[in-house]
Order: sequence, then C-alpha cells, then structure tokens
Amino acid sequence: MTDFPSPDFLAPPTRRQLLTMIGKVGGTAALYQAMTVLGHAAESQFNGPPKLSGARPGASVLVLGSGLAGMLAAYELTKAGYKVQILEFQGRTGGRNYSVRGGDTIAELGSTQTVGFAPGNYLNPGPWRIPYHHRTVLHYCKELGVELEHFAQLNHNAFVHHKDAYGGKPQRYRDLYVDYKGHVAELLAKSLNAGALDTAVTADDKAKLLEAMKDWGVLDKSMAYTKGVKVGEQRGWDRPPGGGVNGAPIPGDVGSLSDTLSTKVWQQIGFYTEHVMQTTMFQPKGGMDHIGKAFAAKVGSLVRLNTHVTKIAQDDKGVTASWTDTKTGATGETRADWLVCTIPATVLGQLDIQVSDKKKAAIRALPYGNSVKIGLEMKRRFWETDYAIYGGHSFTDQDISLISYPTGNWFGDGPAVILGAYPFGIGAYKLAGMTPEKRIAAALDQGSVFHPAEYKAEFRSGATVAWSRMPWILGCCATWTEESREAHYQDLVSMEGRIVLAGEHCSYYGCWQEGALLSSLDAISRLHQRASAA
Amino acid sequence: MVRKHKVGLVALSGISLLAAATLADPGFAQDRPGPSGSNAEVADSGKQIFEEICQACHMPDAKGGGEAGARVPALAGNRNLANKDYPIIILLKGRGGMPWFTDILTKPQIAAVITYVRGHFNDYKDPVTVADIDRIGSTNPPVPDCNCGH
Ligand SMILES: Cc1cc2nc3c(=O)[nH]c(=O)nc-3n(C[C@H](O)[C@H](O)[C@H](O)COP(=O)(O)OP(=O)(O)OC[C@H]3O[C@@H](n4cnc5c(N)ncnc54)[C@H](O)[C@@H]3O)c2cc1C
Ligand code: HEC
Repeated sequence: MTDFPSPDFLAPPTRRQLLTMIGKVGGTAALYQAMTVLGHAAESQFNGPPKLSGARPGASVLVLGSGLAGMLAAYELTKAGYKVQILEFQGRTGGRNYSVRGGDTIAELGSTQTVGFAPGNYLNPGPWRIPYHHRTVLHYCKELGVELEHFAQLNHNAFVHHKDAYGGKPQRYRDLYVDYKGHVAELLAKSLNAGALDTAVTADDKAKLLEAMKDWGVLDKSMAYTKGVKVGEQRGWDRPPGGGVNGAPIPGDVGSLSDTLSTKVWQQIGFYTEHVMQTTMFQPKGGMDHIGKAFAAKVGSLVRLNTHVTKIAQDDKGVTASWTDTKTGATGETRADWLVCTIPATVLGQLDIQVSDKKKAAIRALPYGNSVKIGLEMKRRFWETDYAIYGGHSFTDQDISLISYPTGNWFGDGPAVILGAYPFGIGAYKLAGMTPEKRIAAALDQGSVFHPAEYKAEFRSGATVAWSRMPWILGCCATWTEESREAHYQDLVSMEGRIVLAGEHCSYYGCWQEGALLSSLDAISRLHQRASAA
Repeated sequence: MVRKHKVGLVALSGISLLAAATLADPGFAQDRPGPSGSNAEVADSGKQIFEEICQACHMPDAKGGGEAGARVPALAGNRNLANKDYPIIILLKGRGGMPWFTDILTKPQIAAVITYVRGHFNDYKDPVTVADIDRIGSTNPPVPDCNCGH
C-alpha cells in the first residue's frame, strides 16, 4: 500500500485507482475477482496466457491427443522449457477443430466419402462459431495470426418453420418476432388497463409500463396490435417504400395471436438471447481448422500421427504410453516424466489407464451427445439473390433442425455451401443411422421447405459427418448433468501422480473450444507446480 | 403409431443419475442447433427404434465398428445379452460412450428395442417387458463392466 495512487486520500479512489490498488496487493486473481464484482471482465476466466517458466532441465511431458487442448498444452509447456511429445490417433492434427474441403476424405465407421466441393468451399463439421467473450480462443487466434471474420448469427430475414404452424409454411423470423411482442404488449396493456395488475405495480410504474408497451409492441391509438405503417416499419411491407407516384409503402397483415404462438418463436428469441449465442460472433476466415493449423505450425513437429494409444501406466519415476501405429501395425511405448491426456472420455474409458477407481468411474460416467452436420454445395447463392438472406439460420422442427447460410464471400459467383442439417438428439440419431448418401437426400428433402424451387435444382454435391461414427471419438461432446458434476467432476480433473486430464470434457464450458483451452491451461499450470515441487 | 418423445418417459425412483439435463438437450449453453428439431419422433416398434436410434452407432447390421480401444461393440451375437437385465441397465444408465436413453425413449420403447435386439440379432426369444424395466429401476443394480475394447 506504499504508493497509494490518490494523493487526496479523502476523495474516494476512482475505479481505475481502486483496481490498480487491488492488483498490487492481491495479484491478478484478486484483480480479476474485483473486476468481476465491479461489473467488468465477467466474461471469461481467462487472465492472459500462463507465465510458466523454469522447467527442470530435461523434464519431459507426454501429451495424448492433438486437439486444441493437447496442442495448447504442448505450446505453452515447450515455452516453459519442457521436452514435449504428442501422440495422435488420427492422420491429422486438430481433433474436433476440423474443416473439410474438395478432395478430402471423411472416414466414418462403415463408410468413406470423398468431398466434391469446388475450390475455396468448405464445411466445418464441428466447431463453427466463436462468441465475442471467448477470450482464450480469441487471444490465441491473435497470437498465432489466425484471421477472424464476422459470423452472421441472428438474421431477421431468415425463416422459422413448424409443421403445425401457418399450415407448414415457413415465416420470416422478423415477422414472428414483431408479431410476438405486439401481441404480448397488447395483452399486458389490456390487463393493466383493466386494473388486473394494480396490486402488483405502482400507479407510477403502471403509467410507464403502458407507455413502454405502446412503444415496444408498436400498438395503435386504442392500444391494439394491428396492421399499420408503424408496424410496417418493423415488420416490412406488402409494397415497400419507393420513389415518385407509387412511393407510399403499403403495410402487410399482422399474424394472429394463435398463429404466432403456434410457431413457438419465443424459443428462437430465447436462443439468441443466451450469452454464448449473442452477437458479435466470429469465425476463422476460410475454415475453423485454421486455428488447429496455426497451433500445428508451432508444435506440429512434436506430433506422432497415426498413433493409437492403448494403455497408460505410471510409477514414481514416470509415465508410459503404449501404442499401435495404425498404418504399420507396429507397437511401441513412449516414456516421459509427466502426462497430459486429452483423449475424449468415450474412448479413454475403453483404455487401460493406471489411475484410481474414482477417476475411472468419472471417465465412464460421461456419455457424449450426438450430432450430425451436412454440407450442401449449391451451384449459386439463391438465398442471397432470390431471398435477401445473408448468413444466419432458418430453423425447423424436422430432423435436420436448421439450415445455415454461409458467411463470407457474400455476393460471390459460383457454388457455395449451405449447412443443410445440424441436429442433436433424436434427429441426429436418425440421420446418423443412414448412409451418407441417404443423409444428404434427407437433408435436401427437408430443407426444401425453405427454398422449394431452388433447393434440389441447384444442388451440386454434399458432405456429411455423423459424430457418433467418428472412430476417434464416437460422439460429439461430453454430456454432464448436475448430478454427475457433483459426483464426478473433481475426480475427473484432479491430478493423480504424474497424470492430468484435459479437454472440453474437463471444463464447465462444454462443447466450446474455450472450454478445451481453459481446461488445458488449468491442467498444465497444476502440472508445472507439481513438477517444480518434485 | 408414432409418439412425441416427451410423453411418458421413464421416471425411476432410486436412480438419481437420471438427471434433468438430457443428451437430446445438452443444456448449459453448449454449442447446439437451438430450439428446433422438436418434432423429431421415435417410432414404437423395436425394429424401428433400432433403426432410428441404435444403428447410428451400432450400425445397421448391429455388428458395431471401430477397433479395440475405440469400439462400438456388436449387439449381434453378443453373449452379454443372454441376461436381459444387462442391456436394461445399460439403456437406463448409460456407460462410457453408450448414452442412457431415459430421456428420449419410454419404458415400452426400451422394452421393445431390447426385445428386438435380443431376438433378432441373437437367439434370446424371451421378451423384455415394462415390468422388467420397473424391476431394474427399483433395485438400481450397479452398471456391469464390459470388455467392449475387445
Ligand atoms: C458438432 C460440434 C459443434 C461444435 N461447435 C462449436 C462451436 O461452434 N464453437 C466452439 O468453440 N466449439 C464448438 N464445439 C466444441 C469444440 O469442437 C471442442 O470443445 C474442442 O474442439 C475440443 O477440443 P479437445 O482438445 O478437448 O478435444 P479433441 O479436439 O476431440 O481432441 C482429442 C484428440 O485426441 C485424439 N485421440 C482420441 N483417441 C486417442 C488415442 N487412443 N490415442 C491418441 N489420440 C487419441 C483424437 O483423435 C483427437 O485429435 C463443437 C463440437 C462439435 C462436435
Ligand atoms: C452414440 C452412440 C450409441 C448409440 C446411439 C447407441 N449405443 Fe449402445 N453402445 C455404444 C458404445 C460406444 C458402447 C460401449 C460402451 C462402453 O465403452 O462401455 C455401447 C454399448 C452398448 C451395450 C453393451 C454391450 C456390451 O456387450 O457390453 C448395449 C446392450 C447397447 N449399447 C445397446 C444399445 C441399444 C439397444 C441402442 C439403441 C437404443 C444403443 N445401444 C444406442 C454407443 C451407442
């Protein structure tokens, strides 16, 4: 407290002075806590890259898996002075950080596809979007030179489709959103005016609420939600504004309350309101795998590919991983002082690993969700030219769940790839159980509801990944419940002897790259502490 | 007959692991498609349930796939299924990469699909009933180990 920043100790310190003070006394953790309380930086647990240094000379770490968690561990541990090696099952690095392009093959259990996309086109079968507050991912993208661009998330002009709403005709999200708040506002205004809420709100708040409902719901003079120019200004027009003689716009009809409710549009509104689904959203330009490739540019030379780890043992001197080379069938062993294991729990649970029964139980209590993605390459961007849809998602209650329009190269000529399906749960199981060809045909059938004239006519080629059939993970992402967190989470992430687990499944940020990276940073910080103390 | 998946799901006393978050709706703000696909339905016959759900991993011929240490086990010609309690426990509680199905299948559906798998891909003809499911639900036996890696 020696250099108290404010000479005038009678004046309360400014916010910045206070933070500097707390930072000096309590270190960054205290600073982070305090900032959170003051309403800053509550977005991520990321405090900047770890400052690990001073590894014991010759100390070595073996990393299993070259997804983002594994490669980040290798990157930071190498910087700290450790000798690092990575063993990877697949013939590529990146793990779930994955993009497919023309000429690539997709090997699922039971099938192999060769992707036929035109040059420049790609599908992100796994991660595809990065929220603005995923500070760790954004930090390493910047540090490693990964170019990010905007990812169009919320698009008011895209569609919502429900079989049981509007006779199965898709509606623009914009129209449903405006109708929904219009009707809700009208009803609330009615109850307020009828005195139904007089015991719940003060007279003052009642007056304000009535004003708010009128503005928010775009209600007319009699506080009803009806067709009119004001509503048209939000909902769009039957005849849009123009110039000259016929310049005056003509508003369209509004939807009825029942029709609006039958679309369940509140679910989409809620979805876009979630912290992780809000704008601004980003994507790496040209494919999500540019993040994995940027890490591989740093640590790729440490990776042994096509190396299927089958057994993990430890004693008081070090760790040993036994493996089979999937190309040659040769077996081998790799030894090191310490081990970071990022193998997904689905697969890890089938390996012989020398850890406590508690940790084994934790690994085995973690099934993975299932998901399918289907990329449909279309000959032209009809959704842009014919529908004025630039990026964003159209939702449906069919198995495919949604279609999503590509961000990037807007207004471009030539073929472009629509994401033709991205379901979880039942829809995903149903599609995953089909051959890739049948999956693509089903996606074309179902997606046609949005663009009936164009969808099949403009189709050029398709590619699909069913995560439950990816041989190196057999699923999508770890599924935790409150009960399984309570029973197993700490056992899963604890460091046992010389082994620590890391990855998406070892975080509270399930199914996000942010979780994989944060878990990795936490694991290697604990490993470094233990190794330094040893 | 097709039934919406949210109706009549298995609710078992004594198995607290069967929790609110479901595999179909992973919850806690995972990346996911959003609020859609909600009309996806599972049929009621054992054969159809197998085709709509199980073959996503166990493959259409129920022979599974993958290699030792990263394998979806075969359900065809599988001696573990001789004891019908074994598959019931697995479907109710999950194990490793095998999800629990209490959140998307009803008791009659679970009974039907196990009956089908045991009878069609194996030669165990005695049917599994809802009463069997309830029995397992109330006694809550531990999840059996497997040698799925082999
Ligand atoms: C469909 C889908 C959508 C997603 N959407 C998003 C999104 O929009 N944004 C986002 O940020 N995140 C998203 N995620 C989550 C993100 O992909 C993961 O959180 C992250 O990539 C996981 O990284 P990881 O290093 O923990 O695991 P992985 O990337 O899975 O790495 C594990 C590695 O271990 C290897 N391995 C497995 N078995 C063995 C073995 N026996 N021996 C050696 N190596 C082995 C694997 O081959 C793999 O390379 C999505 C995921 C999926 C599947
Ligand atoms: C997401 C992929 C997936 C789906 C879908 C799936 N399973 Fe499984 N199943 C697995 C995996 C992986 C295992 C091995 C689990 C382990 O490591 O213990 C397994 C194991 C089993 C076992 C135990 C086999 C043994 O010999 O121990 C049974 C029985 C089983 N599944 C039945 C079913 C049935 C019936 C369905 C459909 C209702 C189904 N599974 C759906 C992935 C799946």
